[in-house]
Amino acid sequence: MNKYVERLYNGIIKENPTFVLMLGMCPTLAVTSSAINGLGMGLSTTVVLVLSNLLISAFRKIIPDGVRMPAFIVIVASLVTIVEFLMKAYLQSLSAALGVYIPLIVVNCIILGRAESYASKNPVLPSIFDGIGMGLGFTLGLTCIGLVREILGAGQIFGVQVLSLSWFTPITIFVMAPGAFLVLAFLVAGMNIIRRKMEEKGKPLAEPAGCLSGDCSNCAHSSVCADKKEVTD
Amino acid sequence: MKELIMIAVGSAIVNNVVLSQFLGICPFLGVSKKTETAAGMGGAVIFVITLSSLVTALIYKYILANTYLMSIGIDLTYLKTIVYILVIACLVQFVEMFLKKKMPPLYESLGVYLPLITTNCAVLGVALTNVTKEYGIIESVVNGFATAFGFFLAIVLMAGLREKIQYNDIPKPFRGTAIVLITAALMSIAFMGFSGMI
Repeated sequence: MNKYVERLYNGIIKENPTFVLMLGMCPTLAVTSSAINGLGMGLSTTVVLVLSNLLISAFRKIIPDGVRMPAFIVIVASLVTIVEFLMKAYLQSLSAALGVYIPLIVVNCIILGRAESYASKNPVLPSIFDGIGMGLGFTLGLTCIGLVREILGAGQIFGVQVLSLSWFTPITIFVMAPGAFLVLAFLVAGMNIIRRKMEEKGKPLAEPAGCLSGDCSNCAHSSVCADKKEVTD
Repeated sequence: MKELIMIAVGSAIVNNVVLSQFLGICPFLGVSKKTETAAGMGGAVIFVITLSSLVTALIYKYILANTYLMSIGIDLTYLKTIVYILVIACLVQFVEMFLKKKMPPLYESLGVYLPLITTNCAVLGVALTNVTKEYGIIESVVNGFATAFGFFLAIVLMAGLREKIQYNDIPKPFRGTAIVLITAALMSIAFMGFSGMI
């Protein structure tokens, strides 16, 4: 398989950041009250991720190892600021719906995670494709969760009423805060079942890398807290 | 005074940072296995968020939105995300060094948690919310402290529940994170009951 297609496949299916790696849970919970918000958040994260992978991979030989984290953070924060202003200018309604979660893309573990584990070690083109793959995987995850919450909570898909309100009473709690936790809980449980089945078949899935695994050794910030790991046990 | 109390109650209970704004989910799920560690983490978060709210509010008022610079046409407020994340990271490092040197007992109880919250989204989230809501310096500090207290409350309650959950017979796929998320959903429903308060 072509290595660029392999990067896309890896990001969207094999190591999907939402379903398999369980990264970036704050936006996953916060902005998926409707499919369109999930899609918007996913795409803005994708833009930041592709550009940050590009820049970090291009500068990987210049950035000294000791200050790489602050350097990555400055690059990502600048890109996020640009995206934030572009959205304020051209997509006001989405920008208003996503609010503070747009600038918070800076602390999304997917971005620093890919910077640390892929872009800082690989050439520019594969890093761009890695960013596209991971970003689309994240978008897919957020949109799916958004769809489930929207259809249960409002009977709508992308804002279009599909379940007639004459017989369907929307379970409003699904578009509110507790619904996010509930949907994610069932998603994690479902993934646990799939994970076990795949292991029985001898094709184990990648382990969750984010905070949901309770293990921060794969986290981008693990270098900061490596020697403090015992507190989480 | 009344306004400050409203801000405090609103941020600590009604719009709880974890259970309704989903900030700081990582430590909430990762460090809530034991009540003592959860309380330690909560304490460290209160300390860091209160301090960082003060520092970022000062920076915003006197550097980024400086009236003199504004009057000659230089508006630096667009730099807030970049400046805040770096200031918070440096502040946490500095606080850790300071506590280690000057206040060893406090360092013993909070120090281990400090690096874990360097890039906690709640810290940056509060700093940015203070700007969006146009809070002054005192309001920012109160909002920061109250938000962090809400985090403390949520993580300690969760740790207490998780200690009990351990002894229950949970369906296999739900063991681990899934049951914690269901518990969080129930806590979130309970906290929604406060929404009529203000």
